[in-house]
Amino acid sequence: MISEAFASGKSILHAIDPRIKVVLATIFSFVVALSSSFVILLSGFATAMVLVMVARLDVKEVLKRLAILWGFVVLIWILVPLTYPGTTLIRIGPLGFSSPGILIAAQISLKSTAILLSLMALLATMPIATMGHALGCLGIPDKLVYLLLITYRYVFVMEQEYQRLIRAMKIRGFKPGTNLHSYQSYAYLVGMLFVHASVRADRVSKAMKCRGFTGRFHSLWQFEPDPRNQIFAVIMSLIIILMATVELWIQTIHS
Amino acid sequence: MDTNNTLINLKNLSYKYPGGKTVLDQIDFKFSKGDRIGLVAPNGSGKTTLFHVIMGLLKPSGGTIEIFGKERQKEKDFVDIRHRIGLLFQDADDQLFSPTVIEDVAFGPLNLGKSKEEALDISRHTLDYLGLKDFENRITFKLSGGEKRLVSLATILAMQPEILLLDEPTNALDRSMKSRLISILQGLDLSYILISHEFNVLSETTQAFYSMEDGKIFRDDSVHVHTHEHSHKIGKQPHKHA
Repeated sequence: MISEAFASGKSILHAIDPRIKVVLATIFSFVVALSSSFVILLSGFATAMVLVMVARLDVKEVLKRLAILWGFVVLIWILVPLTYPGTTLIRIGPLGFSSPGILIAAQISLKSTAILLSLMALLATMPIATMGHALGCLGIPDKLVYLLLITYRYVFVMEQEYQRLIRAMKIRGFKPGTNLHSYQSYAYLVGMLFVHASVRADRVSKAMKCRGFTGRFHSLWQFEPDPRNQIFAVIMSLIIILMATVELWIQTIHS
Repeated sequence: MDTNNTLINLKNLSYKYPGGKTVLDQIDFKFSKGDRIGLVAPNGSGKTTLFHVIMGLLKPSGGTIEIFGKERQKEKDFVDIRHRIGLLFQDADDQLFSPTVIEDVAFGPLNLGKSKEEALDISRHTLDYLGLKDFENRITFKLSGGEKRLVSLATILAMQPEILLLDEPTNALDRSMKSRLISILQGLDLSYILISHEFNVLSETTQAFYSMEDGKIFRDDSVHVHTHEHSHKIGKQPHKHA
């Protein structure tokens, strides 16, 4: 279900303090998303590629994730140039592809690919549990952090329960189709999942109470200091600041 | 009355489901220090309910609960006793909610106000004791059923309780895990009540049997000598049963 294929590894990026990675990934994504000049978008893409290489991620897994994104990107390449007003660049029969539309589609492709690659290199290189604790250290409210962690913990249990129910339906000859019986059966299935989830939540909360839980979570987490953290933070910050400055400069020239 | 040795004293205790079905019907039950009780009863006879009422998770509809020599009524009264009584839930997935094993085991000690270092120390010690030395950073939901059961036991033992309430601890465990759990229970210096359907488990880990029927609990000491037929391979050869 959630495989966390990149979470464990021995690269430098895996060893960097997760808090730094979370902060840098967020700022980097914003800068790339808000930029529009191709110089900056290309350098963002290059930076993300370098990060992925430094993290030594499995190329096949990376491409698998990119493929999902590119599915949407293909749609954008078709829809935006067709619908965006402007001078027509190519004409196929009655269909005209506008040149500003093509530029925008190219921008979106670069931005989304660069952001996704950087997130794979920076965020996916830590277990979700670690990410939760890092978010907690960064001042995200406890309730949100534990919502994330407990969701992550019980998503698997819910999936098992879902599989169990599906199996129970299958062994009695259920074949999904476009008919009321199928819809009703699926509605029951979803309903049962909600019921199970709520009963489960009740038992989990009881179990927590039995172990002295009174509403406050205590975290065991601590991060080891490592000089590589500062080095990485400085290099990445410089790249991001440079990208942002050049982008602003280009924008002022154009305006 | 030896109040010192009586740990749990239920008088006239009743519990009714919100729907109205009476599960516990004016129960009298005394549990003393050193007791190791086995509770055998059919499903739905109220064993789990009894445990939850003792922990204050369910509110009885009548009667009194005395634990550690004091009457317990309100939530606050029960908060004080919960860390002294460890309840092992039937489903380990209910008990293990943290991402990693060490966090889950340390959850109880941290709630009791222990420092990080103390909590880690206790947790590692407990895992060690249960033979789970390398489990610290394992992800809880990726453990096998038997491992989950042992880790849940660790989460409870880490609170250093005086009493254990074990709800079918050997349920769905394979033979080797079962015997591992039995020898752990035998080695513990704790009083406990153990719910189980398995007589060989009960006879190895408990001194007295109780049973429940129609909302009542009663001691069942009569050992019935009986024979039963069974079949197995090469059964015609002379053989012994353990």
